[in-house]
Amino acid sequence: MLKKLDSEAVKELKIKSANVRFKTVELIHNAGAGHTGGDMSAADILIALYSYMNVDPKSKNSCDRDFFIMSKGHSAEIYYNVLAEFGFLDYESLDTLGSFGSEFGGHPTNNIPGVEANTGSLGHGLGIGVGIALGLKRDNKTNQVYVLTGDGELSEGSNWEAAMSAGKYKLDNLTWIIDRNYLQISGKTEDVMPLEPLKMKINSFGFEVYTINGHKYEEIFEVLNVPFFRKPKAVIAETIKGYGIRDGENIASWHHKVPDKKQVAQMEVDMKSLIEEIKNG
Amino acid sequence: MGKQKLREVFSNKILEEAKKDSSIFVVCTDSRGSAMIGDFAEKLPKQFVEVGIAEQNAVSLASGLAHVGKKVYVVGPASFYSTRASEQIKVDVAYSNNNVKIIGISGGISYGNLGATHHSLQDIAFMRSVPNLDVIIPSDANQMRSIVDDLLRNEKPTYVRVGRGAVSTIYNQNETFEIGKSRVLRRGSDIAIFVCGQLLERALGVADLLKNKGYDATVIDVFTIKPIDKNTILQYSKMCGVGMTIEEHSIYGGLGGAIAEILIQENPIPLYIAGLPDRELPNGTDVEVFNAVGLTIQELTNKAITMIKHKKE
Ligand SMILES: Cc1ncc(C[n+]2csc(CCOP(=O)(O)OP(=O)(O)O)c2C)c(N)n1
Ligand SMILES: [Mg+2]
Repeated sequence: MLKKLDSEAVKELKIKSANVRFKTVELIHNAGAGHTGGDMSAADILIALYSYMNVDPKSKNSCDRDFFIMSKGHSAEIYYNVLAEFGFLDYESLDTLGSFGSEFGGHPTNNIPGVEANTGSLGHGLGIGVGIALGLKRDNKTNQVYVLTGDGELSEGSNWEAAMSAGKYKLDNLTWIIDRNYLQISGKTEDVMPLEPLKMKINSFGFEVYTINGHKYEEIFEVLNVPFFRKPKAVIAETIKGYGIRDGENIASWHHKVPDKKQVAQMEVDMKSLIEEIKNG
Repeated sequence: MGKQKLREVFSNKILEEAKKDSSIFVVCTDSRGSAMIGDFAEKLPKQFVEVGIAEQNAVSLASGLAHVGKKVYVVGPASFYSTRASEQIKVDVAYSNNNVKIIGISGGISYGNLGATHHSLQDIAFMRSVPNLDVIIPSDANQMRSIVDDLLRNEKPTYVRVGRGAVSTIYNQNETFEIGKSRVLRRGSDIAIFVCGQLLERALGVADLLKNKGYDATVIDVFTIKPIDKNTILQYSKMCGVGMTIEEHSIYGGLGGAIAEILIQENPIPLYIAGLPDRELPNGTDVEVFNAVGLTIQELTNKAITMIKHKKE
């Protein structure tokens, strides 16, 4: 449970991120399928959360744990890698991804250690999170609940039904993080189905809303540490889809593009030099 | 025998027709790519509606468009339409009698290891229980084209499910099909095999293998689950005295259920229902999963022989 960041801790998290993002790109290449773009945009949010939350491989079933719901289940490859990085899984076990009978599918299921909910059909996670948070509050418990959704995902009305309930019950144990990469499968979110003014919308549902850079650990930790104002918290985390992939940043078609051999090699070089830079910087 | 993706057959055909008829509309839910309908969106933007990832909204909105005279095709993953938007299909489309066709793509288990969230193995069960809704599971490209012709002519609320991958062409190019009539491909009196969708190819393989072993099977492509072709089903079940159904759906409530309902009331004969078992499926491609759950030509043939012997005893 890392709650406060010093510059050494930030460096460590950034190095983790570079490693995990490379491993994820490699995993997708080997599996022959995956949701590359949204994996990369969610990387830092996931790493920050798993560093911050009160949950680890030993406490993953304890009733005192914090809960995380990965509503954007298509970003399974980064989720699996982060779970492996934090000790919930063996990295090697991921090698079966994409082959027949693997315990790992293209979307996460709760057979996998650390996974709380079976997601993949978009628009479920926030409602599940609201239910968990409400149940905990009714029991006067202080566990925290975190939900990560996509931005394109927010066209599903179920999110807004859940948001209304979170507002009604003043769930000051619920943090809803939005991976705001401004892209979905068919293109820009603002062309496919405009979300703006997103902050105002969510605010009007009874949330305190913050906008941060979803790749800056200082900002992610700061917002996680902001106290609740007797209402749920929403975080619009602005991110880059395909973050770190040289040919793949901010390009809609990288939503589920599988990186080729050259692109994996390039990513390895780029992440290695990034790590050097972080160490020296 | 060529192979074609039925979602592509649909998108080509609908674009061609919509150029001639401006009342044809296509509604998508961030599903343009998988529906292979990007061309339509570009060439006919006034007849295209994108609602984002919102299947329920897509179906209600489509019903509104139909209410003012549009011929509306909602195109997206069968899994999400048949479950998330099921109430909108029941109430806004079927019950309200709006001319909306739901084209469920990548149906059955064709999304493979994307898992149960992306499989549609309950859709036949639900859709066929909704009054005033036709349910069609095409098996090849030529049949698909003919069915789209039919869909364009009629005004009936309809659910059509196609798969993701390319399927073998079974029928001739200009063969025509009528909604409500099944198609008999083989005639034999030992067993009647009823099948729909991409498993038709395997059913024909079963008939061939049975032939090698000295048995004659009837194979009927029941591509219209509703309205179902009761006469043909009864005719051949009477001739054979034993039957088998093969489908890419839960063993409960699908084609097998539909056939069993007819047979039990009018011509009770032993019937083996082959489909996806009532449990979590292993991760894998559709072919890998079919093979793992006994939907292989060999295993289905063995079952068929057991059924035939059972009849003769
Ligand atoms: C209910 C539902 N409809 C459609 C899909 C298909 N789908 C998977 S990912 C995706 C786009 C998601 O976009 P966004 O939420 O912005 O995710 P990100 O950009 O973070 O990858 C879609 C339409 C789905 N998984 N679930
Ligand atoms: Mg997005």
